[in-house]
Amino acid sequence: MDWLEQQQQNFESLQNFGPRLWDGFLLTVQLTLLGAALAFVIAVILGLMGGSPKWWLRTPARIIIEFFRGTSLLVQLFWVYYVLPLFGLTLESPFTVGVIALGVNYGAYGAEAVRASMTSVASGQWEATVALSMSWTHKIRRVIFPQAWALMIPSLANLLVHLLKGSAIVYIVGLNDFNFELDQLRRVTSAWFSYAFVGLIGYFAFALALTQGMRLLEIRAKHRLGQGLSMREILSPAPKVPTSGIQPGGAS
Amino acid sequence: MPTPTDPEVPVIEFVDVQKSFGDNIVLKDLNFSVRRGERVTLIGPSGSGKTTILRLVMTLEELTGGYIFVDGEPLTHREKDGKRVAVSSKEQKKLRTRIGMVFQQFNLFPNMTVLENIIEAPIYVLGQSKAEATAKAHSLLEQVGLPDKADQHPLSLSGGQQQRVAIARALAMDPEILLLDEVTSALDPEVVGDVLNILRNVADTTNVTMLIVTHEMSFARDVSHKVMMFDGGRVIEEGAPEKIFSDPSHQRTQQFLSAVLGDA
Repeated sequence: MDWLEQQQQNFESLQNFGPRLWDGFLLTVQLTLLGAALAFVIAVILGLMGGSPKWWLRTPARIIIEFFRGTSLLVQLFWVYYVLPLFGLTLESPFTVGVIALGVNYGAYGAEAVRASMTSVASGQWEATVALSMSWTHKIRRVIFPQAWALMIPSLANLLVHLLKGSAIVYIVGLNDFNFELDQLRRVTSAWFSYAFVGLIGYFAFALALTQGMRLLEIRAKHRLGQGLSMREILSPAPKVPTSGIQPGGAS
Repeated sequence: MPTPTDPEVPVIEFVDVQKSFGDNIVLKDLNFSVRRGERVTLIGPSGSGKTTILRLVMTLEELTGGYIFVDGEPLTHREKDGKRVAVSSKEQKKLRTRIGMVFQQFNLFPNMTVLENIIEAPIYVLGQSKAEATAKAHSLLEQVGLPDKADQHPLSLSGGQQQRVAIARALAMDPEILLLDEVTSALDPEVVGDVLNILRNVADTTNVTMLIVTHEMSFARDVSHKVMMFDGGRVIEEGAPEKIFSDPSHQRTQQFLSAVLGDA
């Protein structure tokens, strides 16, 4: 069987596997998006707690963050799925297990991005909130977080791609995700065709969509802070030359 | 609105105030008081602790020792059974809403428009209605000469315009005490005059107590009732501006003034 014939067979198998692969891909998409949504909520809560001046909020957040960053996603998946039921805590759906494990693991990393970006907001901004007697919740919600948001997006975008790649191990709790279906395809074709071609394209295309989406979010967030061009200006057919960046609080 | 209190009680009183950053003692046993409506300018070489005084009043720095009273009430600590006890955050907040501050670097919120910057705290901190706060903000913008900038983004304004918005933002809180921390130091020379004129106008038309740190000596001479000369964390000379600027008695003051005023 020559090479060309082999490829023809491979593509025929791909066609036969198409619906299954697509379902697997969609499962990976769902796991990634829901896992990321949960991770974001956890990251914001832990990040705010971790940046709090109150030790009784900061200490538990530090412990949780270090614990979930310090243990591997695989171990956490095993715990949620196989060990927690021994303590009477059973999660019926492997999908929920996957989302929770991805959410807590990447949420712990994200918490650091949230905390770091809040401390990166210019000290003059914090001082202005004190001078205006704003309460902690008020200043975080209305002044600090909206500015920190623009700073944290690049780190969150990184974590989002990591989360997508991390989702590839959920098949161990019995989920037929994209990775699992690729393995099925490999059995009838080859590792080269299944992983290095179909898998590569699938994962890469989704990762690219995610990073571009995050980039648009970043552009919008920065424009709202008066930095850079608006989305409309960037997407317009005749893009303007970016004006020199105005620094926040910049002295003339 | 500022709460009316006994006119005899100083608006700001420093009692044995100490402030150090690590081993570096910035203020030592500082005692002074500011009467209601009084405008006091702090002068002195950099590092003499002038800005630290404003930051202590604004509770941006922690007091290391001593007491600060605002309207006769302790701002950070009180003496109780011979010990220094921190006041509750509620008590502190009550006093702090009477104090406003304008910063060297303006510190406008870049995620809000000019108008939103001004009405944010009046609405959420003082509980004003949006209509009330907005009406006041427009009249303040008029007062600082920027009536048509309400919907602009702060960073699209020049430095001088941003500082005028910052002044409007501080005044929107109806402060009893206004702290001005080198408000013209970050500005281009040609707009310094505009900003100072606005502050002169505020001084002339209101009874707000002002604590001013500035290097603009002619402004200090015009608006202040009292000038305090600082050096090494202590007040070495104080008095009416006419006296301090034309006939300083302390040699250190003479040196400092001849350095900042040139040969004048």
